[in-house]
Amino acid sequence: MKLKKTVLLGATIAGLLAGSYASAAEQFIGLPSYRVGPYAAGGSALFGAWIDYMQMINERDGGVGGVKLVWEECETEYNNARGVECYERLKNKGETGNSVFQPISTGITYSVLEKVAQDKIPMVTIGYGRTDAADGRVFPWVFPMVTTYWSQASGIVNYIGMKEGGMDKLKGKKIGLLYHDSAYGKESHAIMDKLAAKHGFEVIKIPVAHPGNEQQSQWLQIRQARPDYVILWGWGVMNPTALKSAAKTGYPREKMIGVWWSGAEEDTIPAGSAAKGFTAAGFNVAGTNYPLIKDIEKYVYAKGKGNMEDKSRVGGVYYNRGVVSGIITVEAIRKAQEKFGKGKALTGEQMRWGFEHLDMDAKHLASIGATGFMPEMKISCLDHEGSGKVKFQQWDGSKWKVLTDWVDSDKPLVRDMIEESAAAYAKEKGITPRDCSKEM
Amino acid sequence: MHFFLEVLIGGLLSGVLYALVALGFVLIFKASGVFNFAQGAMVFFAALTFVGFQEVLPGWTGLEEGGSAVFWLAFALALISMIVLGVLTEKIVLRPLVNQPHITLFMATIGLSYLIEGIAQGVWGANVRGLDLGIEDVPVEWLMESSNILVSKFDVVAAGIAGVLVASLALLFQYTKIGRALRAVADDHQAALSIGIPLRHIWVIVWGVAGFVALIAGMIWGARNGVQFALTYTALKALPVLILGGFTSVPGAIVGGLIIGASEKLAEVYIGPFVGGGIESWFPYVLALVFLLVRPEGLFGEKHIDRV
Repeated sequence: MKLKKTVLLGATIAGLLAGSYASAAEQFIGLPSYRVGPYAAGGSALFGAWIDYMQMINERDGGVGGVKLVWEECETEYNNARGVECYERLKNKGETGNSVFQPISTGITYSVLEKVAQDKIPMVTIGYGRTDAADGRVFPWVFPMVTTYWSQASGIVNYIGMKEGGMDKLKGKKIGLLYHDSAYGKESHAIMDKLAAKHGFEVIKIPVAHPGNEQQSQWLQIRQARPDYVILWGWGVMNPTALKSAAKTGYPREKMIGVWWSGAEEDTIPAGSAAKGFTAAGFNVAGTNYPLIKDIEKYVYAKGKGNMEDKSRVGGVYYNRGVVSGIITVEAIRKAQEKFGKGKALTGEQMRWGFEHLDMDAKHLASIGATGFMPEMKISCLDHEGSGKVKFQQWDGSKWKVLTDWVDSDKPLVRDMIEESAAAYAKEKGITPRDCSKEM
Repeated sequence: MHFFLEVLIGGLLSGVLYALVALGFVLIFKASGVFNFAQGAMVFFAALTFVGFQEVLPGWTGLEEGGSAVFWLAFALALISMIVLGVLTEKIVLRPLVNQPHITLFMATIGLSYLIEGIAQGVWGANVRGLDLGIEDVPVEWLMESSNILVSKFDVVAAGIAGVLVASLALLFQYTKIGRALRAVADDHQAALSIGIPLRHIWVIVWGVAGFVALIAGMIWGARNGVQFALTYTALKALPVLILGGFTSVPGAIVGGLIIGASEKLAEVYIGPFVGGGIESWFPYVLALVFLLVRPEGLFGEKHIDRV
């Protein structure tokens, strides 16, 4: 009798446990991170911040709509082949499979571009990847959100125009384009040529071979050409080397404007005093004085659950960029739950709908404690970019100081280029673009 | 003309820095006949260990942050770390492979390279660090004022340090007992052992000296571009220098470095614009390959003659 009671009690407890386990839905997010190898400095901050943000949402709100966020990292070392391997390894994990893929690598983005459409997993590429994927009619599964390389180049030229006192003042100016001699660096050429033709300035393109740890010849050429501004379209060691070489040749850093992959602490600190005065574009700002960063400190680091080994990196440019990845993931889940219901894990298709209907206006940003942290953004079937705005920050020798409000791009010009390029891709691949008027 | 001179002088100074990295390869090749694939990783490990100790020492010892005491203590500890790394490499990697084909030893150094990179980032973290050696990276004033030629003060000092190091090592190899033993070991492991040359001691010494050279190279390149993973790429700059100068010659490394440094800069400036630019990374290899066709053993390399 006693044995029977014990068995019954055990079965009841097991049933209750199983029941409670089944009811606690979990949203799985696969993280193709890179924490070792050449790009570990950026990767550890980007993915560490993303994890910290999701951890904060779990700790503070108990997840999103009653659904806990769970994740698993897969080390890519920023290597395309390993990125594809990670994509495959992660795609069937969790209750509904991986619900979003954000590789934070242009190479991996290209490698899985066609796979994500077949597997119905949305891919988010914030500030990297294929610019023309902003045309959601041709690329329904890819979201180059917030802003793209072409918008960024246009925003930088607009900022130079602001500094000069008007876009008409650009006529006859010389703008040096010191670029990483790779597909990433050459992404700037077409848009800069169009902008030069439109505003009447000259672009002096100067390539730097990878990795860019020697730039003497390039800077001697710049010294000879005497451009009014130099746009630094760099990556990794190329950035501090450019700043040091500029100082060495006496080029004023105040006239150097970096892209967002040139404007982090990882680029300026190694350059020491040579970086002072350097300005860079960014779709997120640095700093900890934002409610959502305060919440990360309060709900994650105060409890000893922070992901960053070096807590002083919280609030850095790369860290805050990782937080943007976290925000967009969480807000897409929230949006999708409005349509597909709370309390259950979403599929990749449902998440895709969430991304495509994201509307993060000023009120929304304020509600999540991100006012001024990232630009307002509205995604649609037609437009997977959603913003195209950047802020400019200047390095004062020890930290970044925000110089401007959000600076817009030349939207009609950029959009024309995007549509033209996307149409060519669709033709090449035999894709029939979606009719957005029929999309809900 | 003054622009040409600027490019040329700058190239020559850069070439001395390439020679500094090439020197590490030469040392190990001379003593073991092995092309040490891990040399770039050693440069990274050495520089990261140095700045890592600079960061933690004030907390451990109470010494003033950024002071000279911390600098020299960090330097000593980094040097000891490099020697320990050399000893461990000899014990764990090389000793079991004595008398194995050179390709086996080469493959072992490939593995070693990944191991060293992983250990460095595992111990000290992946953060990019700045390194200030107190040498200003600004143009030499009197040259600027007198002839408007821009030459970096930092590059001049760095080239001076590298030059002294190269000269000292050339003397060590040429005129000391250790140098002769090193050359004997490089020639034939078994023959050297049979006449009583302590192979293991020689390998430890040579890996220790290569570690010291890596530390100096890491500090100079780290001060130029920051202490980060990209320091491992400095090895890429050294390869054409070795092909040109010969794998076994210390003076060859310096002459090769000068030729590669000057030619790559001149090519980038004067040929680059006609072919779309960015040729600095591959031009030295083309030059070295062309040179190989004429003189396969390099400028100062030993001619290999087999009796048939």
